[in-house]
Amino acid sequence: MKDVKEKKQHDNIIEAIDLSHEYVQRDEEGNVERILTAVDHVDLDVWPGQFISILGHNGSGKSTLAKHLNALLAPTGGSLYVDGKDAAKEENILPIRKTAGMVFQNPDNQIIASVVEEDVGFGPENIGVPTDEIWERVEKSLKSVGMWEYRKHSPNKLSGGQKQRVAIAGVMAMEPKCIVLDEPTAMLDPDGRKEVLAAVHELNKKKGVTIILITHYMEEVVGSDYVYVMDQGKVVMRGQPREIFSDVDKLKSFRLDVPQVTLLGHELREAGLDIPEGILTRQELVEALRMAAGED
Amino acid sequence: MGLRLEHVTYQYSTGTAYEIKALDDVNLEIKDGQFLGIIGHTGSGKSTLVQHLNGLLKATSGTIYFNDENIYADGYDLKGLRTKVGMVFQYPEHQLFETTVFADVCFGPKNQGLPEEEIKKRAEEALEAVGFPKAQYDASPFELSGGQKRRVAIAGVLAMHPQILILDEPTAGLDPAGRNEILDLIKSLHDKKGDTIILVSHSMEDVANYVDRILVMDKGRPRYDGTPREVFRHYKDLEEIGLAAPEVTYVMHDLKKAGFPVDVDCTTVEEAKEEILRVFRAKQAENN
Repeated sequence: MKDVKEKKQHDNIIEAIDLSHEYVQRDEEGNVERILTAVDHVDLDVWPGQFISILGHNGSGKSTLAKHLNALLAPTGGSLYVDGKDAAKEENILPIRKTAGMVFQNPDNQIIASVVEEDVGFGPENIGVPTDEIWERVEKSLKSVGMWEYRKHSPNKLSGGQKQRVAIAGVMAMEPKCIVLDEPTAMLDPDGRKEVLAAVHELNKKKGVTIILITHYMEEVVGSDYVYVMDQGKVVMRGQPREIFSDVDKLKSFRLDVPQVTLLGHELREAGLDIPEGILTRQELVEALRMAAGED
Repeated sequence: MGLRLEHVTYQYSTGTAYEIKALDDVNLEIKDGQFLGIIGHTGSGKSTLVQHLNGLLKATSGTIYFNDENIYADGYDLKGLRTKVGMVFQYPEHQLFETTVFADVCFGPKNQGLPEEEIKKRAEEALEAVGFPKAQYDASPFELSGGQKRRVAIAGVLAMHPQILILDEPTAGLDPAGRNEILDLIKSLHDKKGDTIILVSHSMEDVANYVDRILVMDKGRPRYDGTPREVFRHYKDLEEIGLAAPEVTYVMHDLKKAGFPVDVDCTTVEEAKEEILRVFRAKQAENN
């Protein structure tokens, strides 16, 4: 666990209070047909440098929530402050997008240039960064995700995990304080997933970038500082990974799961072995079983 | 009967500097009623392999037999083969296009030129087999959730009554409950109807939990072929080719190292649990 300084409200990089988003469906005459509340009175508070995960099943509202964090969507209720800026104000849209970069699920939809380094340089060029500085940023960003040696490559020859790391470098080149990743590993193979996760953790630890990771993969959540679980637009569980994964049945009721090691620990406990809930790693399980065996 | 591949090689860009053998002298037999999982790193040739099985790709050399008939023989009915070997692609819901769920599922059998009554009957059966609620048959496929869309897409292939069903990453992008539902559905098709199933997957846990036989592809060749227990025994080799064993297999190896006399070949949570309990009970009996 990293040191977490005393919480002060104005220090939060993300602060949502009763944040809501309603999608309104209208018929051809413009009458309201139905209202879907995708985000329903959500409170979030994220401190700078934290690694936050958001879990939730398909359609739970987590992607809609994520789109608020870099002002792709505006709240229809409640309030949201990103780095102290009110997301409801139009003049804050661009500053918020610079503060919170976004990485999406499909790397092929995010890469535009035909050479890796040009793709990463596209963002800073767009906001008028001087040329020398663009190249400095490209180098720093590509190095930070371990893709510097591929700078002259064509993105379409890269693996899914490599493409996604290039997409992250593209966001890093904008020097955001916070990166929001919306299921960045959903389309990758296990190797690609590991690569991307390692790159994201590295940015968090070495560069202090705040990370908001949205995912379906329970194993990816284990290293987070704090986890939010969403269901039907609401935050239904919040806590450290161990607290969250201690309640296997509750998670399953939200169409989620726990990592395999946690599940094995849980099943053994149910079968009568004296081991704690919320086992997160193999080492912990082996240690717990050692203790249990010693006591017999 | 079933599928048999003899010396199948598939080469891209032959004669150029980029020449790649996506499949390299593959020999393989898939018998009727098997539930086969194919795993491999991205680029290992697993998708190329399955696209040969229903004639979407034609081997550069070698022969494929379906029910002992050479599918490359002159006059062989390849269109017919594609209905007998049904293929569910990755993200199959992207291929839904009709205005209603029912019409979408009817599309395949309609193309087969079946009579109207038969088409409807098959569509109903297929939707029932995937557990799709009757009340929503007239819904637009685009209004459904991700998991429901995928069910409809699978029903569309089932309605053609394939003898072999191939699914390429059928759970990609689904939440954990959605993953289990789709895999349980596929398993029940296998168990109840005895369908031959070929599952291409990235998830070692999923193949360990569901299939009878695993084929590991590496650089266009089958590297291992056996039961989950046999294949995952080679976890170190698997890591070298970008794969891994299920997490519980590693737990068992760690326990063995820590001095527990466990059988390390467990590949599912259930097996691991039983094995650990067995060791604990034996120890208890010893102490008493």
